[in-house]
Amino acid sequence: MPVNVSMNVNGRAVVEEVEERTLLVELLRENLRLTGTHVGCDTSQCGACVVHVDGRSVKACTMLATQAHGADVTTIEGLADNGKLHPMQEAFRENHGLQCGFCTPGMVMSALDLVARNPDPTGGEVREWLEGNLCRCTGYHNIVKSILAGASAMRGGS
Amino acid sequence: MADNGIGASVPRTEDQRFLTGTGDYTDDTALPHQTYAAFVRSTHSHATFTLDTSAASGAPGVVAVLTGADLAADALGTLICGWQVTGKDGEPHKAPAHPVLAADTVRHTGDAMAVVIAESAREARDAAELVEVRYSPLPAVVSMQDALAEGAPQIHADAPGNLCYDWEIGDRAATDDAFARAHHVARLDLVNNRLIPNAMEPRAAIGDYKPATGDYTLRLTSQNPHIHRLVLAAFIQIAPEHKLHVIAPDVGGGFGSKIFIYQEETAVLWAAGKVGRPVKWTADRSESFVADAHGRDHETHVELALDADGRFLGLRVSTLANMGAYLSTFASCVPSYLYGTLLQGQYTTEAIYCEVKAVFTNTTPVDALRGAGRPEATYVVERIVDQAAREMGIDPAELRRRNFIPSDAFPYPTKVALEYDSGNYRLALDRALDLAEYAGFDTRREEAKSRGKLRGIGLSAYIEACGIAPSQVVGSLGAGVGLWESGGIRFNPTGNVLVYTGSHSHGQGHETTFAQLVSDYLGVPFENVEVVHGDTEKTPFGMGTYGSRSLAVGGSALVKAMDKVIAKGRKIAAFSLEASEEDIEFGGGNFTVAGTDKSMNIAEVAFSAYVPHNYPLDELEPGLEETGFYDPANFTFPAGTHVCEVEVDPETGVTEIVHWVAVDDFGNVVNPMIVEGQVHGGVAHGVGQALLEGCAYDADGQLLTGSFMDYTMPRADDLPDLTVETTCTPCPHNPLGVKGCGEAGAIAAPAAVMNAITDAIDSSAIDMPATPQAVWRALGG
Repeated sequence: MPVNVSMNVNGRAVVEEVEERTLLVELLRENLRLTGTHVGCDTSQCGACVVHVDGRSVKACTMLATQAHGADVTTIEGLADNGKLHPMQEAFRENHGLQCGFCTPGMVMSALDLVARNPDPTGGEVREWLEGNLCRCTGYHNIVKSILAGASAMRGGS
Repeated sequence: MADNGIGASVPRTEDQRFLTGTGDYTDDTALPHQTYAAFVRSTHSHATFTLDTSAASGAPGVVAVLTGADLAADALGTLICGWQVTGKDGEPHKAPAHPVLAADTVRHTGDAMAVVIAESAREARDAAELVEVRYSPLPAVVSMQDALAEGAPQIHADAPGNLCYDWEIGDRAATDDAFARAHHVARLDLVNNRLIPNAMEPRAAIGDYKPATGDYTLRLTSQNPHIHRLVLAAFIQIAPEHKLHVIAPDVGGGFGSKIFIYQEETAVLWAAGKVGRPVKWTADRSESFVADAHGRDHETHVELALDADGRFLGLRVSTLANMGAYLSTFASCVPSYLYGTLLQGQYTTEAIYCEVKAVFTNTTPVDALRGAGRPEATYVVERIVDQAAREMGIDPAELRRRNFIPSDAFPYPTKVALEYDSGNYRLALDRALDLAEYAGFDTRREEAKSRGKLRGIGLSAYIEACGIAPSQVVGSLGAGVGLWESGGIRFNPTGNVLVYTGSHSHGQGHETTFAQLVSDYLGVPFENVEVVHGDTEKTPFGMGTYGSRSLAVGGSALVKAMDKVIAKGRKIAAFSLEASEEDIEFGGGNFTVAGTDKSMNIAEVAFSAYVPHNYPLDELEPGLEETGFYDPANFTFPAGTHVCEVEVDPETGVTEIVHWVAVDDFGNVVNPMIVEGQVHGGVAHGVGQALLEGCAYDADGQLLTGSFMDYTMPRADDLPDLTVETTCTPCPHNPLGVKGCGEAGAIAAPAAVMNAITDAIDSSAIDMPATPQAVWRALGG
């Protein structure tokens, strides 16, 4: 039975008719064509689909679209400002925190939630926080480095 | 210019789109009127079956249900193996038919039997559930030992005894003689655990067919789009090459698993022709686990003969290699020519003999995975060297030094058919030991002991062979393809450059590295160079990316093309500057008349080439575009030493990696930042193999590790920060002096970890993955 869901996605009000079983990630990718949010598994393990729902990181493959009804949703597409990268995105670029790019949107969105909670994390804290995000390319070394640099930049550091 | 040239850590061009969520992965595309495919897969590992598709055909949204019978009616070919290995008996390997959809027999869980095409992905999945399969189970063989046993169930009628081949390399008699003279013989039985590749982007494909023109298009997750096109055209015969356009857009990691020509992508393309609409398929991760070719899976007995001084007299290796249920695209060459040929390691071992039995089992096919044969070889060599060191009471670093091929002995012909090009193994070892503070290890071990921890240190002095070549040699060894690469340079009239490569980037950063190379070589600003790859209608025919070959082979092809561009530019400049061609010098992007200030920038030359109003057309062709094809003279041989230091908690068996040092010789390096990233990723892959990842089947052939819940991928907190450095002995036989870096970490790491653990627990009775339980048991728990 189709239902209507409405939410703010990257600051834009959207109303979509979806099947009740539609996942948030399906709404984003298929209805809204926001394909930056990726699906890398079917058991909520990989974190490629992490978005923010009302400011908290959420695996969009594990949430029904209807559960985000009325919420503010931010995806990777909503971070850069007219092509100017967010400091966390810029830190990933400068520190080679990505290779194939597939896990990257989830890594960046997850990192931003960490920094919101803990503006000055240690490397160890970053590694623990990333337990819900898998990367096969980087060995995590440069992802950790990127997040530390991004956190520093967001604090106003160099 | 120098900021973006060869040797600079230039941030990657491709990152802007990946970081803003605007990459173009296969599943990101939605074609108008596209349909969706869902596969009906076997739940049995070995069975005959019949299908009833009537309920599925009538389900909501279903467009078609296609089966093996439909394939047979269309007389399509079967999947192929592209490398024919010849066994000891002189007979070619057994390559039983691998149907695109099984017609009456399934041979592994996940084997595809039918494909449902529907208006939506959900309807396709729902309808796939309605296909009724009546199985008549057959006895399954899962372990290699069982498969080779007398009276074992036969998986293929045309592979008696489930044997694919029994192959050998080296000199058996000389090796036996070496063992007869040995002062000491070290022996080990080793398991190289089966891995599941798990690139983060699952495989996906969209087939499209235009009836009016007969043109097919296949967008897919491929490391080698031209190889996909060639096999789909020439062997499976869905469409001729000129009517098949293959696009591999942004690809989210490959590691080998996206080289191969699989059931699903083939079926999707064929189905698009059947239904006359685009057909899209994206694997669930659960499908990836059963349908992506697995890696490794060797059981090996190894013996090393040493003289009283610890010099390696002989190495004897006997390996069983699991091929799975069918022979995948390049499966046959992995445990033979990419394995046995690397058993020389970095050492002067005087005699080597290796025999390999490749075995069929009722499991997912096994093929190349990051390193492909070379990690298995390094694991054998480096484990047995450490074992010998421990048994003879010689420091493992010292034992390696005593046996290294000296730096002045190159080119070095090995006992297993290769000729190493260049290297300085001792330099890398000594630097790695310095960085690892090897000399102070005993103090750290004692300190750990005071905390109740067992500390160990392990070395891995690995060798690999990259850029498989030359074509003439691989052809003589059974390869069905050449292993050259192509590169094209097209100057536009305004002086910027399009670079076409037959290799393919799926995370390696070619768009940046190749642009650095071209910018540097031609003197064109970095931002004026655009690299194009992954499209059979744009790039020249090329072999793709695997085996750390892209820069060594593909980059060298670009050099050939650039040399042609410069030669042509010299003619144009000579004409324009009214000088003789011989007097034109090229450097820094300028063609200059020697000894004068008369000069033309290459951008001006390009403009002239496209506006040839006054060209003497019988002497000078318009245009500035050239293509090069490069067939290497030899493999390249990266090598180095990795040092892993661990702490084992004897109470829990948990191993923590406390320090990692990698010193690698990749020859010349174009972008050090990217190279370091490749090492990091490779090490993580190898650490995953050593500590975490282990594919498990039950006795009936059911995959027990079929999701990320059960198959342990390395996560951020499983790994330490990594110390990475390089040494450099340039490759002497390619124009760039580069060797290749993509697999080194995965090759070096498993032995380094396991040597550290065996050092910590003072026992070699442990196999990978060294999970806490395995370590705890090895400690007698």
